[in-house]
Amino acid sequence: MEQNQPPFGDQLEQLSGLLLRIGGRCEQAIGLAVTALVDRDSGVADQVIRGDAEIDSLELEIDSLCMEILARHQPMARDLRLITTVIKITPDLERIADYAVNISQRALELNEEGPLKALIDIPLMARHAQKMVRDALDAFVREDADAARAVILMDDELDRRLEQTFRLLLSHMIEDPTTISRCLRMMFAAKSIERIGDQATNVCEQIVYMCEARVIKHGRF
Amino acid sequence: MSDEVRPATRPEDATRAISPKITDPNLVVRSLSLWYGGSQALHDVSLVIPRNQITAFIGPSGCGKSTLLRCFNRLNDLISTVRIEGDILFEGHSIYDPAEDINALRKRIGMVFQKSNPFPKSIYENIAYGPKIQGVKKKQTLDAIVEKSLRGAALWDEVKDRLGESALSLSGGQQQRLCIARAIAVEPEVILLDEPCSALDPIATTKIEQLMTDLKEQYTLVIVTHNMQQASRISDHTAFLYMGQLIEYQETEKLFINPIMKQTEDYITGRFG
Repeated sequence: MEQNQPPFGDQLEQLSGLLLRIGGRCEQAIGLAVTALVDRDSGVADQVIRGDAEIDSLELEIDSLCMEILARHQPMARDLRLITTVIKITPDLERIADYAVNISQRALELNEEGPLKALIDIPLMARHAQKMVRDALDAFVREDADAARAVILMDDELDRRLEQTFRLLLSHMIEDPTTISRCLRMMFAAKSIERIGDQATNVCEQIVYMCEARVIKHGRF
Repeated sequence: MSDEVRPATRPEDATRAISPKITDPNLVVRSLSLWYGGSQALHDVSLVIPRNQITAFIGPSGCGKSTLLRCFNRLNDLISTVRIEGDILFEGHSIYDPAEDINALRKRIGMVFQKSNPFPKSIYENIAYGPKIQGVKKKQTLDAIVEKSLRGAALWDEVKDRLGESALSLSGGQQQRLCIARAIAVEPEVILLDEPCSALDPIATTKIEQLMTDLKEQYTLVIVTHNMQQASRISDHTAFLYMGQLIEYQETEKLFINPIMKQTEDYITGRFG
């Protein structure tokens, strides 16, 4: 049976739209996961965990559309770089959502026990990671390699804060060994936030490739 | 995504756009311009064709790619209104030198056309024809040339038991490979191919493409194609022509992934017009 296929340009726009949707959902998931952790809100943690299914299905939808575009249109030049970029950054974004789920799971576990005295730098780290994801998506939309490079530079700050969090949590555990299990869970949450920054960095390295056809990963900045 | 993101091509890009690294030139085109009567079809084209590689010419209809291809074995000389300026050097010697023997040139630079054009003779005679008019008479030698050429064109196994049959009984893809076998029977150095697969189905096209890849071990190949995927699949270098001008000439991978000129990008991404 004959089917009318949307034109190439429409499919590229549809793809960009889907990518922004999955990116927006990821950004939202990070915010909610940290709220669940900071406000000890198990309902919000459950919301993040349940919402992950939508992000997974968006990833599959993007994969399928990329395959269709490749098969039907054999894109070249910047279109080819756009498609390969989307294929490569979608799993990064999906992974970001998985980290938000990890943080929510740690929140659920922590909510079973008494609160820790201080949440250290975790809200700050989360805001920083969220900004990295948001700026990465903006760089994608604007095809702005400089903006993508700026996001990559932001990752160092997240690494520094993780190091600081580790030291403070270690002090807590030494001072009061009854907090060890909670501190360890908090450390896992902090590590997940730091990994979100790494994924945003991967996304931005790919955006630079999309814009300039220049590979900057593995130290080729 | 915005269409306005790529900046307009800067003047200095035009030089960068024609800069493939070619270490072993076979043909050198120097400031070539060509007129059909009062109409200029090629404008000051300069490029270098590397030896034992596949070079593809792409561009919209009427851009001058076939005209440029036909300059390499002086087929345009057959058109009385044609006027040419500039030069083409083959192994360092001008092919437009008045002393140049055109028949000898066309033996060294063979051509395969869009539509396969076997002679209405047997398969054997099609291949043996060229060597015969060059003076090869001994049957044993001709037999050897026929077998070698058909093997070289990946056709021997399909026709070895019916060499006496008419070439016109072959399928389209087989006829095109026969024409390639006929071209290589006279042992050329360069093979020009003008859209050799445009009348073939995908399976026959795959065979010809595989054949071209094999043939570059021994010959320099220059192909004109409308099929950009074909150019990207098989060629080592690609030249994009537009309105008689060479716009960009690069290593194929570079041209199809990151073209320098906006016109090239617009053409290969289908945004032309």
